[in-house]
Amino acid sequence: MKDVRLLTEPFSPGQLVGAFTDAHPGLGGVCTFVGEVRGGNGIEALELSHYEPLTLTGMDDLAEQALARFDLMGVLIAHRVGEMRPGEPIVLVSAAARHRRAAIQAVDFAMDHLKSDAWFWKREKRDGEWHWIEPRPEDHADLARWD
Amino acid sequence: MSIRIVFLGRLADLAGAPEREIAGPLDWPALVEALRGDLGEWVTGDKVKLALNGAVLADKAALRAKDGDEIALLPPVSGG
Repeated sequence: MKDVRLLTEPFSPGQLVGAFTDAHPGLGGVCTFVGEVRGGNGIEALELSHYEPLTLTGMDDLAEQALARFDLMGVLIAHRVGEMRPGEPIVLVSAAARHRRAAIQAVDFAMDHLKSDAWFWKREKRDGEWHWIEPRPEDHADLARWD
Repeated sequence: MSIRIVFLGRLADLAGAPEREIAGPLDWPALVEALRGDLGEWVTGDKVKLALNGAVLADKAALRAKDGDEIALLPPVSGG
């Protein structure tokens, strides 16, 4: 099962993963990663913008790639857009499989691609001012792991 | 009717608005000419990609847009 969502409101990771797990009877394991807005360094807020025609389609392609590449029963990808506060969940990837390694690797794969290859633009508010976040060389190195 | 230009990320700040309408038809040199004042090197640089009606163009020079189309200017996506 493929479940891909772009969310404009805060979400509860537990609720999403609970429903996803229930949808896969007979699974051997579920691996979930939840990313939250990092705090500290004067960060007050993070804003994610996206481009409707590309962003969700790109996430859907990524889910398809994960299903094709790893031996999964299902994959769930949920990503927030809009303005968030430190501590709020921003991304969730969950993979269900008969055996653990496929699930763990699929989540790692999807996260590396979401970080550096998905159509999101981020800016953070520090001490009252907005700053755009630039790509980092590490993100491309993370992506190259899967070539 | 005209062509809708959508600016993503920091380009929206530079352009002063998230979108703009420009009368068509528009090819790549005409788009560069129309935007150069606000976006400067960003438009011509390699880093910004172009999407026409939701499909990313492999070659920006191949742009051929007509009234009713939507062009998006996509700067590099942010990392983690």
